[in-house]
Amino acid sequence: MSAPVTATPLLLEVEIPRLDTAEYHRPYVAVWLESADRKTIKDIALWYQQDKANEGRKWLKDLRQWWRLSGRSQEVPAEGVSGATRPVGVHEVKVPESVLADLPAGDYSVVVEASREKGGRELVRLPLAWPADAKLAADAQGTTELGKVSLRAQP
Amino acid sequence: MKRFAPALIALSALLPMAAHAHDAFIVPSATVLSGEKAWVTVDAAIGNDKFYFNHAPMRLDGLEITGPDGQTVQAENQHTGKLRSGFDAQLTKDGTYRIAVVTDGTLLARWKESGANKRWFGTAKDLASKVPQNAEDLTVIERVSRVETFVTKGQPTDIQPVTRGFGIQMEPHPNDLFAQEEATFTLTLDGQPAADTEVHIVPGGSRYRDSLNEIKVTTDKQGRFSVTWPQAGAYWLHASGSDGKTSVEQASKRAVSYSLTLEVLPQ
Repeated sequence: MSAPVTATPLLLEVEIPRLDTAEYHRPYVAVWLESADRKTIKDIALWYQQDKANEGRKWLKDLRQWWRLSGRSQEVPAEGVSGATRPVGVHEVKVPESVLADLPAGDYSVVVEASREKGGRELVRLPLAWPADAKLAADAQGTTELGKVSLRAQP
Repeated sequence: MKRFAPALIALSALLPMAAHAHDAFIVPSATVLSGEKAWVTVDAAIGNDKFYFNHAPMRLDGLEITGPDGQTVQAENQHTGKLRSGFDAQLTKDGTYRIAVVTDGTLLARWKESGANKRWFGTAKDLASKVPQNAEDLTVIERVSRVETFVTKGQPTDIQPVTRGFGIQMEPHPNDLFAQEEATFTLTLDGQPAADTEVHIVPGGSRYRDSLNEIKVTTDKQGRFSVTWPQAGAYWLHASGSDGKTSVEQASKRAVSYSLTLEVLPQ
């Protein structure tokens, strides 16, 4: 039989698009891995207004799929993978080793959900068959709150 | 005054209640909340169009806000105006809050006096002094009603059963509803499954469309029914009926009603 497979490290690129709007707020973004039956949910990234004084957590529930699948059951939202909101541009996100280690073989999605103050909300999915190999390439294109989102095996 | 022995009607399904009165509903400003300090504001009204304030305010007697730990939460800034009542509530703990206006045991007495129809609402202790005992065509009905909604901050917690009048259990949790997903309900009456009972579900926003789009379902023998939400939005769910299970001796009949406001989010 085959030897244990080392999890292929994965790299995600998430584009926050430039939008033509007078009052622009950086979006809240959640990224997670989801099994086909949605029973396995693993946070990959969460960008939100972390300043406690302004109660940035009040708007986490607007990431409504992430909230129901993951966010609401946590004391500290996406502990270890959360950070501040990001500006317009392409952002690299390394999928944490802990997400992929011991992940059972199967069909998954990497999901990106974005919500913007005085703006809209968009969710984009990338298919991920696991275990993946070095040739992995998945791309999706948001049309409103997200730009290009892509998943590759880390070179 | 005739009095129905409760045993005569005991085991049958509820008799349908003639729908004379206007509907009642409460509308919370949100049903899914996150963050540390969360406030909701709630409107309560009587009216046939959901969720529009075009008739009368709902009285807040019998308002109960119960937190996830079973504790009572204070309703603040209570106000009753011309078309609606309102109040605020702060949700300090994570979990599910039940916001309900409960009427239990108020009486409706109807009789004739010199050819005119008379009507009186009140409690059992006032009945003898307010309503002539030998009145012509006197009927006394006991009313049990619950108008409620659920609001969750953070992780949802279980909905407690209701021991008098209608209650529901549901899967998924009432604050976990999404368009095109199915929800399964069990309707209970006095804590037992309410079989063969008609339930009406009306999506809000009727002002902006022609059809009411009412969903009518009947509970099965286990009191269950299912709904697949056609679209996101607020929904009003209602069940009613009458039986002989009065708790007030002077009443010949019990009228039971239930109204629930649910919010369904888009996918």
